[in-house]
Amino acid sequence: MSLQRRALLAIASNLPLGLAAPRLARAQAGAGRVVIIGGGFGGASAARFARDHFPALEVTLIERNRTFTTCPYGNLVLAGRRDIASITFGYGRLAARGVRVVHQDVVAVDAAAKRVRLADGAEVPYDRLVMSPGIDLRWGAIEGYDEAASARMPHGWIPSLQPITLLRRQLEEMPDGGTFVMTIPGNPFRCPPGPYERISMVAEYLKRAKPRSRIIALDAKDGFSKQPLFVDAWAELYPGIIQWRGASNDGRVMRVDPAAMEVETEFGEKVKGSVVNVIPPQMAARIARDAGLADRSGWCPVKPATFESAQVEGIWVLGDATIAAPMPKSGFAASSQGKHAIACIAASLAGRAPPPATFFNTCYSHVAPDYGISVVGVYRASTTALTEVEGSGGISPRNATMTSERRAQHRQLEALYADGWYESITNEMFG
Amino acid sequence: MKVPMALSCLLFAAAPALAQAPDPVVLAGACQGCHGIAGQGGHGIPQIKDAHGRAEFVSLMQAFRTNQREATVMGRIARGYTDEQVAVLAAHYARAQ
Repeated sequence: MSLQRRALLAIASNLPLGLAAPRLARAQAGAGRVVIIGGGFGGASAARFARDHFPALEVTLIERNRTFTTCPYGNLVLAGRRDIASITFGYGRLAARGVRVVHQDVVAVDAAAKRVRLADGAEVPYDRLVMSPGIDLRWGAIEGYDEAASARMPHGWIPSLQPITLLRRQLEEMPDGGTFVMTIPGNPFRCPPGPYERISMVAEYLKRAKPRSRIIALDAKDGFSKQPLFVDAWAELYPGIIQWRGASNDGRVMRVDPAAMEVETEFGEKVKGSVVNVIPPQMAARIARDAGLADRSGWCPVKPATFESAQVEGIWVLGDATIAAPMPKSGFAASSQGKHAIACIAASLAGRAPPPATFFNTCYSHVAPDYGISVVGVYRASTTALTEVEGSGGISPRNATMTSERRAQHRQLEALYADGWYESITNEMFG
Repeated sequence: MKVPMALSCLLFAAAPALAQAPDPVVLAGACQGCHGIAGQGGHGIPQIKDAHGRAEFVSLMQAFRTNQREATVMGRIARGYTDEQVAVLAAHYARAQ
């Protein structure tokens, strides 16, 4: 970055020059313009990582919204255990660190000319492009579930599209004795344990505030993330409150009727709810599909060793939009991919080989405010596939090897560590 | 899971000839997600910055791997990293000696 540009950034962010200058952690080899589209877990982590460790990279972050509300901890807001302001962040600190933050919609990506066109007509040239665009909902994939229907039957799955507070309000207004109905999609979708954490935290709220109420969860599949741990905890903490039905028990929802507040299963059973939370099928966000990054599945294939698009050269894709199984569509996974992608980009600009790929994920879920469970994954990449390191990772231990006191302590610690994770990763992105 | 060799081997093993050396900041990116960007810890999560010497860091990770040290997540995590990677992380996080 030139001194002049740095001075401009410093003026723009009202900071002394010294503060806007990045820490010189690495040699200046491999300079280049990196444009990052999407300021969520993947994009914001990548931007910060680039500023901290690769000062020769000029980083522009394009994000349409001025604030970012995390999906993680949204279910605690839903349960009334956390304020939405406490999970909402701004981009000021990233700008102060020397990231050029642009709040605009991207309307087109010209991969051949290496330019991004913004809604205001401006064009942003790049040497390497990173896209961490997140997801879109597949409106109409469940018959009757379109954007209008989602006002009555909230999804609460994309905070910038619909804040979790809408579902929270409906839950608060629900009479005691009401039924909370949730529909859950088949794989893949954003945040595999998320629906089950949501079931847990809604149950936690109902047990406290509306003890005669019940939850019916209708799932398009037969198994789910951390299933044994969730099922144990539901029986222990919320007996009689939660009914979960998988695909082989007619759990797949085919259509919804928002006027009647009813959902209809594959075999025609109609289930009525006082509150209906529809988590619909998903796909990579529009800008990624428009840029030709997605295949027919609607998701974006990547080269596992670098996370460069398998379809378009010079574009790296991160996070929920990618096909990265066995890595889950999680914030931590996106952050891990983002850091590695930046290192690969810096290497490619310097004419070096990319560093060996190791990716990491830990997902905590709250079953109650003081009851946490987790899944861990460490992944390696070959040129053709991502694989979980054998013998590593997995879910929190179940009951067999622990006394009940020890288990309670374990769950309590994991809830505490979840808070630590949340603070660390959001501080990394926005602090 | 391959059982690692003696500590001295962990510490002084040469990088494999063919593979590129692990990038310490990318590897440490995984630790940062919970232990903080400077390894400072918080909410009961221990700090790892300057807390240990290299040998201590390596032996702690070895104890996590083999469940000799009780943990919530660290056993599951430590078993995902090779001796070489642990040595790189130890050098990254260990206090100057």
